[in-house]
Order: sequence, then structure tokens, then C-alpha cells
Amino acid sequence: MIELKDVQKIYEDGFQALKNINLKLEDGKINVLIGPSGCGKTTTMKMLNRLIEQSRGTINIDGTDISTMNPIELRRGIGYVIQSIGLFPHMTIYENVATVPKLLKWDKAKINDRVTELLEMVNLDPDTYKGRYPSELSGGQQQRIGVIRALAAEPSIILMDEPFSALDPISREELQDELIRLQREIHKTIVFVTHDMDEALKIADQIILMQEGEIVQMGSPEELLRNPANQFVENFIGSERMAQAKDLPSIEEILKDSVVSAGENGTTNEALGIMSEQQLDSLPVTDDKGVFLGQVSLYQALENPDTKLSDLKLQKEGFVSTEDHLSRALHYMEEYRLNVPVTDVDRQLIGIITKSQLLAIMHSYYDTKNEAAI
Amino acid sequence: MELITELLEFWQTRYPKILQYTLEHITISFLAVLFGILLTLPLGIYLTRMKFKPVRETIFGIANVFQTIPTIALLAIMIPLLGIGTTPAIVALFLYSLLPLLRNTFAGIKSVDPGVIESARGMGLSPVQTLFKIEIPLAFPYIISGIKVTTVYVISWTTLAAVIGAGGLGDLILAGIGLNSKVLIITGTISAILLALLADLVLGFVEKKVTKQR
Repeated sequence: MIELKDVQKIYEDGFQALKNINLKLEDGKINVLIGPSGCGKTTTMKMLNRLIEQSRGTINIDGTDISTMNPIELRRGIGYVIQSIGLFPHMTIYENVATVPKLLKWDKAKINDRVTELLEMVNLDPDTYKGRYPSELSGGQQQRIGVIRALAAEPSIILMDEPFSALDPISREELQDELIRLQREIHKTIVFVTHDMDEALKIADQIILMQEGEIVQMGSPEELLRNPANQFVENFIGSERMAQAKDLPSIEEILKDSVVSAGENGTTNEALGIMSEQQLDSLPVTDDKGVFLGQVSLYQALENPDTKLSDLKLQKEGFVSTEDHLSRALHYMEEYRLNVPVTDVDRQLIGIITKSQLLAIMHSYYDTKNEAAI
Repeated sequence: MELITELLEFWQTRYPKILQYTLEHITISFLAVLFGILLTLPLGIYLTRMKFKPVRETIFGIANVFQTIPTIALLAIMIPLLGIGTTPAIVALFLYSLLPLLRNTFAGIKSVDPGVIESARGMGLSPVQTLFKIEIPLAFPYIISGIKVTTVYVISWTTLAAVIGAGGLGDLILAGIGLNSKVLIITGTISAILLALLADLVLGFVEKKVTKQR
């Protein structure tokens, strides 16, 4: 966990690059710092490995104040990838990737194994590439080396400063996909600086949007798209992307107004009555306080007439909360073949999403997508 | 035709002496360039680190002034200061070598891609490691090319050093002038030319070797 507390940066000429940054970067997540140029995103990132020192405030990595650490040792424990790639042109690919392990005095065989493993990880044949010089590689290949060089000494944190923005669009897409794939294997805490919103939306677990040295909004890509904090965020994301995101409504938006459910003390006959009245093939069951207990299906009710609902084996899984994305409801519908009850955070039942509802939503979603494509 | 036979005969009989002059010549040139490198390499690197521009410009200015003084005059000035002989000649030629050496070292270090240096720092190389593992190796083609050019110049200027009694191939030429001997003049000249060519060739080879990888 990386934690920035009240961090400020004021340059000698009086320019205040950062105003009171408070930020938590979670372990194993891709945290994207984004914003227009001069917003302080790169400054924020470079303070994490002390390439830039903050003027005020503290930065803790796993509870340790980094200002108390030796900056050189700190940096050896943090991977670093920059936009201009920064491979050492006079060293072979092997020597480049082995830089930090050599500094850390790993033994030769271990370094060799590690370099081989890393090259294989990004699908570059070790025997072919180890002995080559950076200038003999394409831009995309060079940045792959840049990325694995940062991974070489197995740091838990990796800083990436616009690593893909100098590449051509095809290589950029490829490397983004590869980063996402790699991250599934390596689970590093990645701090990624970019000015490209598409890139951020694609790779981020958490987006931190900055403007003029302040954090304007942070949250998941979903959150930013759905609830932009202000006009600036909306403009920065762009109306097109917002519109696309809005195609799929949130769970809250599509909830039926009335809560349809049966109490646990009711019988299957009563439940069947409600189901036929509401045209449902499953019904949520709650206790007398309205807390969701499970679902009874139409067939279950038909097979067990005159049974108290609390005596049935109810389907307890497969409900969503209003915080969830609609795709989760879709997933449950496929898995349990039932309607999807919706609860609030305290498991109070507040509604239900039916199959026919979801079908209608998906239909309109793909209709607008196709129109946009045409 | 007659001159050629005379020359060949002279070389045959006097080659130990010619060799001695050549060795003197090499020593003077080599020491002048060596001291030049020893001063300008750290100085040039230091200047790239210096934020205060006027000092840097002053130092370059001083090095430049030595270049503008006519060689013969600079050698002459050495006489009241250091007397005659090899030492004042080496000092004078050392002063000459400063500007081209300094300029190339400075330019070489400056030419290193800032991105490369940043990534070196970001990966946890100490400033000393960055200098020796990254900056100097990358600046090396510039530095070696400066050394090559300077060495060739200094070898040719060393012939003048004979004027203040430093010895070297200049002695042969001066003697040739005194005795009106074509053979001596030509021998001195050809030897100096060959020496310069040889230095150019050897250092050019080194230069090629270090730049080849990239």
C-alpha cells in the first residue's frame, strides 16, 4: 500500500506543482494518474521513488516513510519505465534487463534464468534477443524490454511514466493488452501515468484524475464514467465515451419501483399467487425485517405445495447490490437461471431484475452500438 | 634520383639517430596529450554538472585563448617562465590540447540521452555508477574522436618545439635548415607525417571499435 498524506510540491521559483495530495494506492492494482499536461501527475509519480522530493507531507510505502530510506536502495526495489524507453544503447538486451539484479549482486545463473524467463514472458525468443543491442529492435520490442527490465528484480511496485505514448497505435494496443495479461500473472502495484483517457479506461483499476496540482476525482473507470465529479471531468473524459458508457444503465436505474417478495413465514401457495400475478418465475424471500434470505423458483413452489417457505431450500446466492455493475447481474442470471434480486449494502431487498428486463436492455444496447458502428 | 639514393643511404646509416628523434617526438606529444586528457576529462564532466553558466564560459574562454596564441609565440613565452628543453615544450603543447579535448568531453557527456540517464537513476544506479557505467561509455566516441584530432595536431606542432630545445623530429628539420640539407629536412618531415598518420590510424581504429556496437 502506497499512501500520500498532505503532499505538496513547491519549486524554488515558487511554482506550486502539487497542492495537498492525499492518495492511497492499493496493492496489486493498476493505478492510473491522468490529467492534462502540467497537472502534476508525473511529479506525483516521481516522488514515489524520490526522483523528486516533496516539499511537505509524507509518503509511506507499506507503512514506512520513504524519506527515511536510502533513495538508491528504494529505487532498486521499485521498477521504473519511462516514455523514451531509456534502454542503455551500449548494452545488450541481456545486460539491460540484468541491470538491477546485477546491482543487487544476484548470482550469474539466477540472473540468466530470470532474463530468459522474462523474455519468454513477452514472447521474445531469449536466444535471439539476449545478445542484440536495443537499436536492432523495433519500438514496440524495445518497450517490451523496458517493461521486463523494470520487472527484473521482482519489485512489488512498478512506476510507468507514459510508457506507451511514443509508440505507434498498433504497438500501443498490443502492449496495453500485454500489460493487462502480465498483471494477471504478476499482481504488481502499478502506478501508470498517461494523458490518454482510452488507455486509462482500458487498463486501470483505479483512475486518479488530476488538474492543476490537485486530485479532481478518483475511482474505478466505471465510477468516473457514470458519476463525473464536475464539468472538467466530463470534458476530460469526453462526451462520446460518456455516452457509450451510459448505454448500459446502472442497476439502480433499471430497478422496478415496487418490491415484490414473499415473507419467510408465508407458504408456497401464497408465493405461487404472487408469481402468477407478477408474471415471475422466481420470487425473493425475506424475513420480517425485509432482509433477503434467498429465492424460491416456480418449479420448487409447484413441487412443494402447502409448504412454509422457511422450510424450503432457498437459493441464497445470485443476488446483486446497487453498487455492482449490471454485467454481474447478467452473469448470475446465466449461472442460476433465476431472476436477480437486488439488495442494498445491508442486504435489505430493494427490488428485482427480471430476465425479460435484461433482454430488453441488451437489445437496446446493441441496437445503439450497431447504429454507432454504421 | 640522386636525392632518393642519398636519402636511402642516410636512413641506412643513421637510423638509430632518426629513431631516437622519433622516440623523443612521440614522448613529447604523448605526454602533452596525456596530461591534457587527465585534466580535461574530469573538468569536462564537471562542467556538464555545473549549473552556473559564467564559470563554464570563462573556463572555455581560457582554453580558447591558448588556441589563439601562435604556436611559436607560446613556445617562446615558455623560455622566461620554464627555461628551455622538453618540459616547457610539453607544457606549451599541453595548453594547446586543452580546448579540443575539453570541448569533445563536454559535448560527449551532454549528448547522452536524458531519458537514458533518468532511467538509470530511476533504476537505482548511484551517481558514480551512472557516470562510469552509462555516461562515460556513451560519451566515449566523442571523447576518443577529440583525442584523435588533438593527437594529430600535437604531433605536427611538436616539430616546432625543437626551437626551444625540446628535441624531436623538429631537430632534424632545424639542422637541415642550418646545414642546407634537403635530406635532413625531408627525413624529419616524412617521419612526422608518418607518425601523425599512424596515430590517426590507431585511434581511428579504437574509435570505430567503440562506436560499432550501436
